Amino acid sequence: MTKTPLQFRHNGRDVAVFVDGGINLLVALRELIGDMTPKFGCGQGGCGACSVLIDGEVHLSCLTLAETVNGRSIETLDGLKDGPNLHPLQRAFMEQFAAQCGYCTPGMLMAAKALLDRNPSPTRAEVIEAISGNICRCTGYEPIINAVLTAATSGRARA
Amino acid sequence: MAKHRGRGIASINYPIGMNLGGDPSQALVHSNPSGKFTVSLSSIDLGQGMKSVTRQICAETLGVPVEDVYVDTADSDTGPHCMGSFASRGTHRVGNAVMAAAKEARGVMMEAAAEELEVNAADLDTDGRGNIHVKGAPHRSISTKDVAIAAQFKQGKTISGRGIFLVPLSEVNPETGEMSPATCYAHACLVAEVEVDDETGEIAMVRMDSAYELGRALNPRLVEQQLVGGAWMGVSHALFETPEPYYPDPAHGPRDFVEYLMPGPGDICPHDIAVLERPAADGPFGAKGPGEMCANPVLPAVANAIFNAVGVRMDELPITPEKVLRAIKAQGGARPQARR
Repeated sequence: MTKTPLQFRHNGRDVAVFVDGGINLLVALRELIGDMTPKFGCGQGGCGACSVLIDGEVHLSCLTLAETVNGRSIETLDGLKDGPNLHPLQRAFMEQFAAQCGYCTPGMLMAAKALLDRNPSPTRAEVIEAISGNICRCTGYEPIINAVLTAATSGRARA
Repeated sequence: MAKHRGRGIASINYPIGMNLGGDPSQALVHSNPSGKFTVSLSSIDLGQGMKSVTRQICAETLGVPVEDVYVDTADSDTGPHCMGSFASRGTHRVGNAVMAAAKEARGVMMEAAAEELEVNAADLDTDGRGNIHVKGAPHRSISTKDVAIAAQFKQGKTISGRGIFLVPLSEVNPETGEMSPATCYAHACLVAEVEVDDETGEIAMVRMDSAYELGRALNPRLVEQQLVGGAWMGVSHALFETPEPYYPDPAHGPRDFVEYLMPGPGDICPHDIAVLERPAADGPFGAKGPGEMCANPVLPAVANAIFNAVGVRMDELPITPEKVLRAIKAQGGARPQARR
């Protein structure tokens, strides 16, 4: 099968790969770029574990054709921390015990980041709306909601 | 057509572990020459925090900093045997095994330190910060690292310990059927408030208030995390989850996990939790286990709350809108009970 050249920004770095027609962005990120932070959950867009940001908006990478992100900017959990410094969201997730098995965490963090990037002071209802496409089996969501609200407060405090 | 609020209560006794074949778990503890300790287990941490808790138990028993203990649960082929992570048994059963193993390892560590300090091991104590000293003479001390090096390269000792926790198998009394299936019980009581829509049959959780008695909470934040998440799972079992079709034709049932219903972040409700600690006599540092029982009281409490709200007694799970509507129809309309 003919491979298609594909170039995009991956966490602020230009990458170029050749992809088979029809593969999704999740496979491209995990198998071609080696970024294992987006998780494969259901493969049908039902769980949100594969969430990444495309030009700042949250998308399900398992339902995104890789070829459609040519020239665009992709953010994943791998690029969230700044060197050794955790992102305020990551710190808040840790402090609020917002992860148990951790499988939903990368998607939750990216959905939360997309929210805080466009709305630094969300209400509780807005946080719930933002993570409503992400399923968590362990936490009962409450610690996750609290962590996002905490990160929003600490982000405002620093700014 | 209206929305009705109702309140229900449920209390449970929950046995920790089980008694099939004695419910054993083993643990091995050893130090390497850097003075760090490894706990080998086959018990799996699914995220509930067993690695954290067994690490705390091991460090506390050895008398070393928690940072100096690593818990390896990687491989049931090579690790010591464990019955598994279920039945809320992890903290209690595995914790007891780790405690026994750490006690034995501590004995060897103290003997090795005694040899280096040229004193009697019974006169030594740990400071919990990585040093072993003569009781009453803190300046006569040696670091656990130096003890580990001396044991490995000079004395030819392995600082290690073995532990197992085994409950004696309980026979069943043929006359009465009486047996003792567990060594300790955790307890919980939960009040659920729901709102039932008698037009759609939909049930919304309004709030939950609960009290859990689970022995000593060895890691209070992890206990809270389990109780919050576990109660959500209870709501999920009560109102949402089933692999069985809930419409007349099986083909209308869920085919995969996308169609398998679970409550989302918008379906949760405020939950106030009180943790009561009554240390168990046979638990590691008095711990029992919060595990499964954090979900259990939610189901009967929700069913009771629905009865209180609209007067229908639901006896099949999950309590879906369709079942509620059929039941309301069968009794000729909603019959709100007295508010409690």
